[in-house]
Amino acid sequence: MKGSIYRLGIAGLVIVALMMAGRAKGSGAGATEEKPATEIKIDNFSFSPNTVTVPVGSTVRWTNHDDVPHNVVNDDKSFKSKTMDTDENFSYTFTKPGTYTYFCSIHPKMTGKVVVQ
Amino acid sequence: MAGKPNDEILHDHNHDGVDRRGFLKCMAWAGTGAFCVMQGGVLKSYSLSAIAGLTEKQKKGELSFVQISDSHMGFNKPANTDVAATLKAAIDKINALPTAPGFILHTGDITHLSKPEEFDGVDQLLKSASAKDVFYVPGEHDVLGDDGKQYLERYGKAAKGAGWYSFDQKGVHFIGLVNVMNLKAGGLGNLGNEQLEWMESDVKHLSKSTPIVVFAHIPLWSVYPEWGWGTDDSAQALSYLKRFGSVTVLNGHIHQTMQKVEGNITFHTAASTAFPQPKPGSAPSPGPMKVPAEQLRSLLGIRDVNYLPGKHALAVIDSNLE
Repeated sequence: MKGSIYRLGIAGLVIVALMMAGRAKGSGAGATEEKPATEIKIDNFSFSPNTVTVPVGSTVRWTNHDDVPHNVVNDDKSFKSKTMDTDENFSYTFTKPGTYTYFCSIHPKMTGKVVVQ
Repeated sequence: MAGKPNDEILHDHNHDGVDRRGFLKCMAWAGTGAFCVMQGGVLKSYSLSAIAGLTEKQKKGELSFVQISDSHMGFNKPANTDVAATLKAAIDKINALPTAPGFILHTGDITHLSKPEEFDGVDQLLKSASAKDVFYVPGEHDVLGDDGKQYLERYGKAAKGAGWYSFDQKGVHFIGLVNVMNLKAGGLGNLGNEQLEWMESDVKHLSKSTPIVVFAHIPLWSVYPEWGWGTDDSAQALSYLKRFGSVTVLNGHIHQTMQKVEGNITFHTAASTAFPQPKPGSAPSPGPMKVPAEQLRSLLGIRDVNYLPGKHALAVIDSNLE
């Protein structure tokens, strides 16, 4: 009995330590993780907004609101989502500046652009 | 044609008439139920009610096959939450045809999400069809996530490249093309050089009197490029077929029937067995059309094709699932 309380105590300490480590990370190098992702809606076979401009380190999240599957494929193949069925999403964090054009490889008329500054 | 049924529709009026290039264009929309015969490059279309006036011989071609398309197994949203039931209804329709078809062509989008159980579901249902042989070409929904690997393992073992092939049936040469692979940003359907070269050599040895049937998922003519309803390099493919007397192109993808004649080539798109899509430009996007439940089956369908040797024509009958 005494032993199990001791073990609980140790476990609690470990959890507190982990939480502190997480907070330390959050306020330091990984600060961008706390910023909400820039949202791009997929609706009526189009990406909206069609062009987004974000700072380096930003995460962009695409969510499919159509009744058919779509995907997001960078023209230079630097990122590619899985097939997103209705209400599924895909996130990508841009770590380098540049202009990233992308399209839906299932419906290639659908194109969009992410400008990373 | 014996006699002239009263409701014969000759597509030579005003905007559908012969244009400057001398092409006769013909379009018919889903649900109208059209029977089309091409003779000497002229498409004649009869409404289904006129078929009763045709002789048995005209209805019974020596070669008979059925086209089905866009079964989208796995789709479960309005207007059709049970695509297995409507595929079953299409098979019942096939099994009730007066002339049992020799085989079935499936022009792609067999599945909605390329899942193994979706392919299995279609295979299972088609076992109850009177025609046992099914020839497939993939739609873009059949090659999701794996560049068509699973599709090829299931249906394309004897095919070339991404799944293209040809075969002969009773003197008619059939060519199955794949135009859903390696699609380019901003582009349309795509055949690619390797497939085009194969096709050119495939038809080289054929006599010009050989009737040709080409089938592929995305239309091989420019139906509505704004919605991706066309194929970037289809003109190249069709140029290999100019010397032939009779060329019939069968496509799917747009979930509605449409016909057009250009020179020696007759183009047809088929209805889906799963859900309808809007007429070109009539909606914000080509997404599934939501229709009242009682209308759904009137907008889905099968296509029965008959060929009479020596008649220089393939007779195409579209019928809905009601």
